[in-house]
Amino acid sequence: MIGYFKLLMMDKGNGCSFSGVVSTGTFSCAIVVVTLILLRILYVMYWGSRPFGGKATKPVSTLIVLGSGGHTAEMLNLLAVIQKDRFTPRFYVAAATDNMSLQKAQLLENSLAEENGTRVPDTAQFMQIYRSREVGQSYITSIWTTLIAMAHALWLMIKIRPQVILCNGPGTCIPLCAIAFLFKILGIRWSSIFYVESIARVRRLSLSGLLLYKLRMADQLFVQWPQLHGKYPRATYVGRLM
Amino acid sequence: MGDHEGDDRTRRVVFVTVGTTSFDALVKAVDSLTFKQELASKGYTHLLIQMGRGSYVPTKSEGGNSLAVDYFTFSSSIADHLKSASLVISHAENLVGNNELNMSTIFETLRLGKRLIVVVNEDLMDNHQSELAEELADRKHLYCARPQTLHQTVADMDLNSLLPYIPGDATPVAKLINRFLGFPDD
Repeated sequence: MIGYFKLLMMDKGNGCSFSGVVSTGTFSCAIVVVTLILLRILYVMYWGSRPFGGKATKPVSTLIVLGSGGHTAEMLNLLAVIQKDRFTPRFYVAAATDNMSLQKAQLLENSLAEENGTRVPDTAQFMQIYRSREVGQSYITSIWTTLIAMAHALWLMIKIRPQVILCNGPGTCIPLCAIAFLFKILGIRWSSIFYVESIARVRRLSLSGLLLYKLRMADQLFVQWPQLHGKYPRATYVGRLM
Repeated sequence: MGDHEGDDRTRRVVFVTVGTTSFDALVKAVDSLTFKQELASKGYTHLLIQMGRGSYVPTKSEGGNSLAVDYFTFSSSIADHLKSASLVISHAENLVGNNELNMSTIFETLRLGKRLIVVVNEDLMDNHQSELAEELADRKHLYCARPQTLHQTVADMDLNSLLPYIPGDATPVAKLINRFLGFPDD
């Protein structure tokens, strides 16, 4: 040990050896940091899929990702039965190329506000998000568009920081869920992610569903057909939404 | 189109819907002479085709003694056409997909209790649409066909063997989400 220090002192002027020590230090530091991060990820994955103990009393801010077309139709069916006083305020996000979905959500919120005598801006907000990839877009240009979509998703998530995320594909929800998962790891916000696989998926999960399932990003993943539950046992079978 | 219900008691419409995309193989299949003869022999009087972005244009016909044929590209009142139809033949993509104009035409048709044949487009790369069509066909809610087998499906079909579709229910999902978050059951 002493000999080692002597050697160090002797070699003090030698930049090469010095940087060697520094890099050893950095290296072990990096290992500690990486281990901590991994532990944190495992912690998030472990606790993510477990229900909250105790009783919830306060309403939760909720991000609702509308996936366009049939996906939006399924989501609206879910929203129709969910207790709106518990899931409030609600933030609706849809792809920038999809103008129907937000209109439909707006109709729902308008009729809700009329029923309860409230104002829509107090309970709901509507936002658009850039899509990472449009149907038929080439994979090379989609690298660039994915980056823009990620940055935009990050901006939205910093603003919203939802406690609950409801999504059901397609890909629009992936950047938002990934950022929510990152926020969980960093301790910025603990969002519970609920993903409902589309009724169209009978035998195989969609790519979005598979990602959220395999990477354990979704706290709960619901499927509408028993065959899927057989194949992906951590998914919960809930029957048809349509 | 003067689609007034009850105008003519003997009016029996077959409504073919492609959706927002194109499906020329389906339009070609229903436009074939033998297929139209088959429909006429089954007692149908009108064939109405919503052809979407397809390039194949079917031949119009006033009808007279045979089947009357008409077509259009898009319409905002798909629901009305579904309601007035006796038989609906739909592109499987209408099951879900990014179909904003006639969103979930197939579920709409099933809810209306209409007889339905879903036609799968095998040229599409991500052909998960057939998964659901086949599942619903196995459960006898509809018939599932390919453009080249559609004629046979219509010839063989026994529409009375189809079972009514009971619409799904989202309350189990809502309940599970509530329970997960610690909200009490109502």
